Parts: sequence; C-alpha cells; structure tokens
Amino acid sequence: MAEILTKSRARNIFYGGSIFFVVIFVGMTVHSHRYVVETSTAGMELSDEVVHGKHVWEENSCINCHSLHGEGAYFAPEVGNVMTRWGVQDDPEGAFEILKAWIESQPSGIEGRRQMPAYDMTDEDLRGLAEFLRWADQTDTQGWPPNDAG
Amino acid sequence: MKYESQKVAYWYILSALALFGIQVLGGLLAGWVYVSPNFLSELLPFNVIRMIHTNALIVWLLLGFFGAAYFLIPEESEREIWSPKLAYIQLIILLVGTLGAVGSYLVGIHGGREFLEQPLWVKFGILVAALIFLLNVSMTVLSGKRTAITNVLLMGLWLLSLLWVFAFINPDNLSLDKMYWWFVVHLWVEATWELVMAAILAFLLLKLTGVDREVVEKWLYVIVATALFSGILGTGHHFYWIGLPGYWQWVGSIFSTFEVIPFFLMMSFAFVMVWKGRKNHANKAALLWSLGSSTVAFFGAGVWGFLHTLHGVNFYSHGTQITAAHGHLAFYGAYVALNLAVFTYAMPMLRQRAPYNQVLNMASFWLMTGGMAFMTFVLTFAGTIQTHMQRVIGDYYMSVQDSLSVFYLMRFGAGAAVVIGALLFIYSTVVVRKSEVIAPGPANPAPGE
Repeated sequence: MAEILTKSRARNIFYGGSIFFVVIFVGMTVHSHRYVVETSTAGMELSDEVVHGKHVWEENSCINCHSLHGEGAYFAPEVGNVMTRWGVQDDPEGAFEILKAWIESQPSGIEGRRQMPAYDMTDEDLRGLAEFLRWADQTDTQGWPPNDAG
Repeated sequence: MKYESQKVAYWYILSALALFGIQVLGGLLAGWVYVSPNFLSELLPFNVIRMIHTNALIVWLLLGFFGAAYFLIPEESEREIWSPKLAYIQLIILLVGTLGAVGSYLVGIHGGREFLEQPLWVKFGILVAALIFLLNVSMTVLSGKRTAITNVLLMGLWLLSLLWVFAFINPDNLSLDKMYWWFVVHLWVEATWELVMAAILAFLLLKLTGVDREVVEKWLYVIVATALFSGILGTGHHFYWIGLPGYWQWVGSIFSTFEVIPFFLMMSFAFVMVWKGRKNHANKAALLWSLGSSTVAFFGAGVWGFLHTLHGVNFYSHGTQITAAHGHLAFYGAYVALNLAVFTYAMPMLRQRAPYNQVLNMASFWLMTGGMAFMTFVLTFAGTIQTHMQRVIGDYYMSVQDSLSVFYLMRFGAGAAVVIGALLFIYSTVVVRKSEVIAPGPANPAPGE
C-alpha cells in the first residue's frame, strides 16, 4: 500500500467514514419508519385482532417452516400473500373459515409429504391469525412476490 | 500461553465445540426431514429442529469469539485478564441460558422472530453476560497496551452487544418489526462480526507469518473501513420487499455490491501476509484454517451474496433455496472456519504442548469445506430451478418442491460429510494422540509427536 496511506490515516478514515454512514443510515431509518406507518401499511387498521394474530404467529414459531415476505425457513409455502392466493383477502369471514379448516386438517399424515404439526387454537386465535395474514398481505411490498404462487 | 488467565479461553472453546456438535447434528436431522418428511414429524417438528440448528450455531460462534478475545487480549495488552472469575461467571450464564433455550424449544416455549426465539429470561441472560464481558475486556485493554487489533476487536464486540438491544424491540407493525430485526441480524453478520473476524484474522496472521505489526494493522483498518462503509447502507438489500420505501432498492443494490470488497481484501490480506512472511510456523493446520476461512468467506459471503443481491435479481430469487445456499457457505467460511482457526491455533498453547493431530485436523478441513461447497452447489441448482418454476412460471410451492427432491438427497450426503468432518475436528482438538497419523518430513518444522 502506498506510503501516503499511513496507519493513523487509515484509522481516521475508518472512524470518520463509519460515523458518516451511521448518520445517513439513522436518517433513512427515521424516514422509513414514518413511511411504513403512514403509507405502506396504512391500508388496514392495526387492530387488536391483528396484534393478537401476530402473537399467535410468533408463539407457534411459524417462521421456522414458512416464509413471510420472503423471510423465514423456505421449508413451507410463503404466507405473505396466502390470503390473495386463497381468494379471501377482502373477505374476513372467509379468511377465518378457510384458515380454520386448514389448521384443523393438519397434519395430513400423507406418506412422503411435508407435515404441518397439529395446533390447538381457539377461534379467537384463528381469527387473529387470519386478520394478521390479511394485514400482512395488504402491505405495499413494492410489487413482491412476482405472482400468486408466492 | 504467556499469561495464566488466558486459560479461561480453554473452557469457552470446549463449550463452543460441544454446541458445534449439537448444531451440525441438528442440521443433519433437518436435512433428513427434507428427504423423508414424515420422520419425527409429530415428536420433533421441523421448526423446532431448525431453531436448535440456528440458535446453537449463533451461540457457539459467540462463545468462540469470547474465547478468542480472552485468549488474544492478554497477549496484545501484555497483562492478565482483569477478572478471570467474571469470565467464568459469564460462561456459566451463557451455558445455562443456552440449555434453558434448547429445553424450552423442546417443550414448545419460544418466540417467533427468526433466530431471536429465545425466551425473554434467556435474552436478559445474554445481555447480562455481554455486559460482564465488555466490562472485563475493556478494563483489561484500558489498563494495558493498546493495539489496533484490540481497538477493532473491542469496537466490534461493543457494537454487536449494543445492537442486541433490538432483540427486545418487537413492534406490533410487522414491517417495523422486520426493519428493526435486521438491525440485529444484518448489522451483526455483515458489519460488526466482520470487525471481530478481521481483528482475529489479523492476530492469527501476525503470529503465524511474523509480518511486521505496522503492515498488519494498516491492512486491518482498511479492511474494516470497507466493511462498515459498505455494510451499514448494505442493510438496504433486506429492505426491498418488506414494506419499506422503494429507494432502498438502489441504495441496497449499490452498497451491497461493495460488500464484496472487505471479503476480497481479507482473502488478499491472508495470502499476501503468508507470501511476505518470515516465519515457518509449526502450526500448519491453523494456517490452513486461516487461509481457508478468508477464501471461503470471499466465495460464500462475497460471491454468493452478490449473486442475488441486486434488486432486479432478488425480486425473483428472494426467499428461495438460493438464500439457503448463500447462508450456509457464508456462515461456514466467515465465522465457523475462522473460529476453528483460532481453536486450532490456541488449543495446543492452552494445553502447553506442541501442535498436535495436525493431519487429522487438516483432513477435517477438507471434509467440511468439500461438503459445504457441494451443499452450496446443489442448493444453488435447486434454487435456480425453484426461482424459474415458482417465480417466473408461477407453479405452486409444494409441486415445485417435489421436483427438487434429488437435490435435497444430495444435500443430505454433503451434510453427512460436513458432520463427519466436524466430529473429526472435535476429536482432533480435544483428544491428544501421541503421534501424527502421517509423520512429517525432515524439512517440515511441524512437530511429529
């Protein structure tokens, strides 16, 4: 490396540059936070049911098989758009019914097919989960996924 | 071993190796479920196996980093660790927390944010352990000699511990949850952990090659500068499709392209130092792991990361087996192999004997690296087909998965090679055999017995 780049200069560039990028990143984070609240997720109320559904989603660690907006375990289908795929995105009652029927039919027990575990959920849990997935589905995700297959 | 208190590293390394064993066995089990989906499906569902696989990995890598810090800081600072007792208390907290987390997962108690599933009390335990650690190493460094290596190492460890705060912040709004979640996940592995990695690599190369400290430390600052300049805004490559503004597509694409640079520099650094080196160090295995780590990190994190980071590509490849391929090779190269390099270097010294079992150790390197490379290739093929069938043509997920089964079978075979390699590594590190399985030649300074 050239003589002009001494160790102390390299160190100062490291510290100064890092602070510079942290400041920009924090600024963009603040803007993104407001954008999420005011624009991209504002299409549907963040109701108590949605919040309860998010807790159900977390307590059962669904993310360690499924993916949600493309993040998760890739062992089971994407669910960020599952309500669209099922054709019930604009039908809360239908979303609840179809999700309830799905959960209660698991595990399928079919030989050679990936098994979803049995979950003992109340109607309140199921309704929350359905609302949470509808809420996730209405988020403006810049057009992702490319199609309904997720 | 120059300082008595370096001995604490020994227990950190042994604990890390035990968890390493659990991690790879969990991975093998998960790989088998892909091949035979009904296996254990009621007793131990896939999501629980995966939590054990990923959590064990993260904890043992952190234990390895902590152990490496306790090993190298006394040598750099030229003094004993401030409080060895606190170091042992920290280790006990971490082990109790880890066993508690695994036990909780087995009985179905866990959170649901990926990688951060630990029950709240375990998260607090980790926080307390991290604070004890920071106090201990900071007091040691501040009252001793300060070097660029300890500066960068401490900065990395302080920042990664501070970022752990975001493990406690879980907004009800899913998009905000995801954004802050990446503050732990991305800013750990693609920013602060890179600082730790570069510092440890610099220490190893300094010791193994005997190159001037001035040269090593200048390289170190340049490497970590490129890591943070690219990695901080590179976080944007996770912000494309989770409900954040569209400008992240350009910011993320541009800056994460630059994320290849620090990994290229680390690889160059390792080879240039060996080329310029004046020392023919007796621990050949540690040198192999150091070179191997920086090389595989360049391919796994750098090349395989770039492969799907541009937003136009990622729109189709996001959340497919391409991601899994990248994740495996990147973690193996950058953090697993680096930790194994430190263990290989430090263990003989901690046991106060000449480097031992080097042939078996190096054989384990090739088994694990070969297995991991094969796994990465087959998952990349699987991911390419998945991307085309599912994202371009629009076939449904499960029918696409059915057509990938041959790749999952090959992945299981690759995983088995990695597990055999890992067990061989653990054996060659923990058990001291009297002589090498192949005797070294006369020109080789490596000790043969």
